[in-house]
Amino acid sequence: MHMADALLSPAIGGTMWAATATGIAVCAKKVQKDLDDSKIPLMGVLGAFIFAAQMINFTIPATGSSGHLGGGMILAILLGPCAAFLTIASVLTVQAMFFADGGLLALGCNIFNLGVFPCFIAYPFIYRPIVGSTPNPTRIAIGATLGGIIGLQLGALGVVFETYLSGISELPLKAFLSAMLPIHLGIGLVEGLVTTAVVTFVWKARPEILQYSALSRPLGNLGLRKVLIGLGVAAVVTGGALSWFASSFPDGLEWSMAKTSGKEELEAPASGIYHLLAGIQEKTAFLPDYGFKNSGEEAAASEGTAPSWPAVDTGTTTAGLVGGGLTLALAVVIGLLFRRRKQTL
Amino acid sequence: MAKIESAFVDLSYLDTLAAGDSVVHRLDPRVKVVTTAIFLLCVVSFDKYAIAAMLPFALFLIVIMGLGGVPASFVLKKLAITSPFAVMIGIFNPIFDQHIVLHLGPLAVTGGWLSFLSIILRFCLTVTAMLVLIATTGFNAVCMALERLGVPKIFAVQMLMLYRYIFVLVEEGQRMHRARALRAFGRRGLDMKTFAHLVGQLLLRTIDRGQRIHLAMLCRGFDGTIRIRQQLRITGRDIGTLLLSAIVLIAMRQLNLALLLGQLLTDSLP
Repeated sequence: MHMADALLSPAIGGTMWAATATGIAVCAKKVQKDLDDSKIPLMGVLGAFIFAAQMINFTIPATGSSGHLGGGMILAILLGPCAAFLTIASVLTVQAMFFADGGLLALGCNIFNLGVFPCFIAYPFIYRPIVGSTPNPTRIAIGATLGGIIGLQLGALGVVFETYLSGISELPLKAFLSAMLPIHLGIGLVEGLVTTAVVTFVWKARPEILQYSALSRPLGNLGLRKVLIGLGVAAVVTGGALSWFASSFPDGLEWSMAKTSGKEELEAPASGIYHLLAGIQEKTAFLPDYGFKNSGEEAAASEGTAPSWPAVDTGTTTAGLVGGGLTLALAVVIGLLFRRRKQTL
Repeated sequence: MAKIESAFVDLSYLDTLAAGDSVVHRLDPRVKVVTTAIFLLCVVSFDKYAIAAMLPFALFLIVIMGLGGVPASFVLKKLAITSPFAVMIGIFNPIFDQHIVLHLGPLAVTGGWLSFLSIILRFCLTVTAMLVLIATTGFNAVCMALERLGVPKIFAVQMLMLYRYIFVLVEEGQRMHRARALRAFGRRGLDMKTFAHLVGQLLLRTIDRGQRIHLAMLCRGFDGTIRIRQQLRITGRDIGTLLLSAIVLIAMRQLNLALLLGQLLTDSLP
């Protein structure tokens, strides 16, 4: 579920970062203003609780495999959406930094997928209306299970689209979707059931905790709308800015084209046809910088639309291979030198 | 269980590394955070078949690791543990992208394999960069740097609190889990009902702990605003290092150094 930096393009990563950062800023303001002081340490320990709870595995009924708690829904139920969002974001940040689960650039995506959907969609629109202000076990069960499933399905959808739009993975959208969604339907169901079980346990043992969290924080419609609008605006603005940036500055591919052809012929305005061409080129051009030609059928398919590649001498290929190998060798040597020095110190 | 336990051993190991002293450790955390960000952006902005052009970035990391005393064995172990997601998604590239782009003697290499290798390389570079940042800076300093760089204070405090109590709560959870395991007479798995009781109990203890911490904070004069004691001071040396590394990184991004090196070498040979 955690996306990795390696599969993200800077535009998608940046857009999601901006959206998430706005979400955090809005939530932080709201939490600082509205929340009573006692929730500040509670957020901290509940975040740590998520780590502890994830450590304990349980057996999934009728399958024999084991699962663990995700925790987004539980946090939303106990803390309310804004404080829960901050807590989930902090959990994911620590996971990214210490366990290398996902990466720093992917953190925006991960917080969005695993935080926004449970806190701002599943909790306010599914759990709250079903459970209301007087929780009972049946309502908790329905609300938490549905919330868990829908939150995770949306999250999986987010992962698929962010990966697909980044274009690093070749996985076709349809195959990716048909793999991710059913798997996460199962995971979401289990998550929902576990959340139900834990929340019901808390409700039986200490009903005042749930009553309190249900009553003390009536969900301001305004606040939620503000968060969602903020997220949307930030995503659109950054996405727009980044794509403008990407189209007005030569990116890696165009830069390498200009280099191999010796001309800056690609400094075309960022019009629709240019983008279309760029898309086709991206599909048809392989390693212009390394001196490879298109394969026959690809060239035929793109005939008349994409400029054909100038024949590049195979010397570049050799140079690339030799240079790459040398850099690697250099890296190893430097590493070994540092090691020697450390041992002699 | 075993996996998470070892992950927490790693957590304290990272703290041990961060407590060290080296040229890299002494830099201002903000400088390191910003440099890491530039590094990540440079790496992920390469086009999807880039391999050779990315290798100088590995060189950059190795130099920093050497200067900062981050052991390669630790980083490699972490990479191996966390690689499955990138490998699982990336492995489809060779299946869907089968155009032969390169002949290495008798071996035909498809675009898919190149982009797969590129994904693996990106993965190694980005994950290593992050580990090096934490291993030479420490989490608390990173949080303070983030707060100075504009992250909302309450979020920075949230991360500090979370980090402070991870160890406490994980130990508590482990104790409970062990106590159950000792009384389970060989039943290894944990069914959902027992799990809910175990985790629910842990949750109640956590909430109580939260209340106790709040009371302790009130006793020490907590009035709703959070104060972080700042010790960060940026010096000319820090700024110089930041500029230098930014220039180096951007140069590596813009010039294919590996290719240039190779050209130099192949040209000089007859």
